Amino acid sequence: MTGASLALARRALLVTLRRPQFLAPLLIFPTLLLAVNTGGLSQATALPGFPTIDGQPPVFFDFQLAAAMSQSLLLGGVGTGIAVALELEMGFFERLVAAPIPRVSIVFGRLLAAAVIACLQLTWFVLLGVIFGAGIYDGIPGLLIVYGIGALAGIGFAGIGVTLALRAGNASTVQGFFPLVFVILFLSSAFFPEALLSSPADVIAHYNPLSYVANGMRAPIIGYGGTKAVLEGFAAAFGLAVLFAATATHALRGRLRAG
Amino acid sequence: MLAIQANGLQRAFKGGIKAVDGIDLSIEQGEIYGFLGPNGAGKTTTVRMLVTLLLPTGGSATVAGHDVAKEAGAVRRRIGVALQEAALDSLMTGNELMLLQATLQGMKTDAAKKRCSELIERVGLTDAGDRRVGGYSGGMKRRLDLAMALVHSPSVLFLDEPTTGLDPTSRFTLWQEVSRLREEGTTVFLTTQYLEEADQLADRVGIIADGKIVAEGTPEALKRESGANHIEVILLEGSDPTAATAALSSLGEPMEASGKHDVSIRLREPGIGVADAVRVLDDAGLEVAEIELVKPSLDDVFMEKTGHRLEGSGDGES
Repeated sequence: MTGASLALARRALLVTLRRPQFLAPLLIFPTLLLAVNTGGLSQATALPGFPTIDGQPPVFFDFQLAAAMSQSLLLGGVGTGIAVALELEMGFFERLVAAPIPRVSIVFGRLLAAAVIACLQLTWFVLLGVIFGAGIYDGIPGLLIVYGIGALAGIGFAGIGVTLALRAGNASTVQGFFPLVFVILFLSSAFFPEALLSSPADVIAHYNPLSYVANGMRAPIIGYGGTKAVLEGFAAAFGLAVLFAATATHALRGRLRAG
Repeated sequence: MLAIQANGLQRAFKGGIKAVDGIDLSIEQGEIYGFLGPNGAGKTTTVRMLVTLLLPTGGSATVAGHDVAKEAGAVRRRIGVALQEAALDSLMTGNELMLLQATLQGMKTDAAKKRCSELIERVGLTDAGDRRVGGYSGGMKRRLDLAMALVHSPSVLFLDEPTTGLDPTSRFTLWQEVSRLREEGTTVFLTTQYLEEADQLADRVGIIADGKIVAEGTPEALKRESGANHIEVILLEGSDPTAATAALSSLGEPMEASGKHDVSIRLREPGIGVADAVRVLDDAGLEVAEIELVKPSLDDVFMEKTGHRLEGSGDGES
């Protein structure tokens, strides 16, 4: 299975990189939102309830980096779903199914590629951070934490996209889920701390795994939340990866059964 | 061992619609089997079951000695598949797709590269190998599809309507490749809507209509079975068709004249030809503008077995 998964991951990566119209929105939208939020909402750090480090609020841009990363990873999941749906529509999926490989490697190859793409997305935001003066509080080990949580979350979000694609069988349906990205995002603590959200958003954010993914990536960047936030981030991202890899595999089996 | 065997193979879809309704197949190793039928007859559903993309809902089938339902993995290792509408990723190059297919077939990198290069050359795509498939013509895509299906030297090759939508030149090129596979001993299961294609390529033909095989045999045997040769005559103006029919009755049985023809006679014996007919008409003092000996075609066989002509049968049927 490993050989086939790697070959399919390589192919998925190659095709994604050759489709700039798919890749660009994953970076451009979150970057624009990062710019807008940083430019217009930076006074939010003065609000009571905003976290402080050694009595000082963090730089708002640094705080928002993890939000932009989370948004980008979620959009990556939609992109993966659309790519799989297009393969179904054009019949390439059948070519893979007819090959003598474990069929689950079709899903695993995609998810593996999603993890690599997630790392590329994170690198974009790390570079932006470096260019605009963000300090990575925990240095290189902190960066590894960001990449670890981000890659796992990328797999999880891609798993959602693959599940939707295999269930729906067409790209337009998967694309229809695009607005949900923003609902999930704004009902989490990615953009603002949970303490600043009003009810019921704060309750939803408390149970939204994206909150923990964002806080886990944010902790080593701004130096807030400590080991607890990192571990919760890893747990949430790992949970998302396992859960949605399983649903994608299940959806694949369902599609194959239906023929 | 038979390359393909099916016993009462069935596939029903939601609502109980039987796309394939109990077909039997016995195809020898090295045989080219033409599976002929109109759109919706059950050709593609049959292929999808035989290549393990679809589970049968009844009956059984083995391909290369392995059960398609219980040993799907073993079947997939031994077959090559080029499905309807060459499903190729337009963003990849021909060489990349070939290499991907070889890797998925479990070939080692060096052997895969060598084999891919051989096949790309064989299908005439060497110069286009590094170009993205999105820029290929329909014929080039089909040739690449065929090369990909052959990358692991399968013992059984399934070609689902490989020439549909191709121009005559591309179609002819693909026919040449299929003929070459015959020489190499590969079993080919070829579905087609084109009678000429089945006639030219297939050792045996199966005709499917409404999910059932309604006729099977060599093209020659099917045509013989379908009926005798007949003579079609167009008389010069002033000659009496009734007199011509009466004169030609000595050679066979009069039929309803078709189209522009004045007289049609189904010949009694295969040895009777145009010369005999001309002599008879000359003896009766009748003048002929055109006379033609018509042999039965697969289209006639199809018409006889299904009650209607095959779509696309006009495409060069001889």
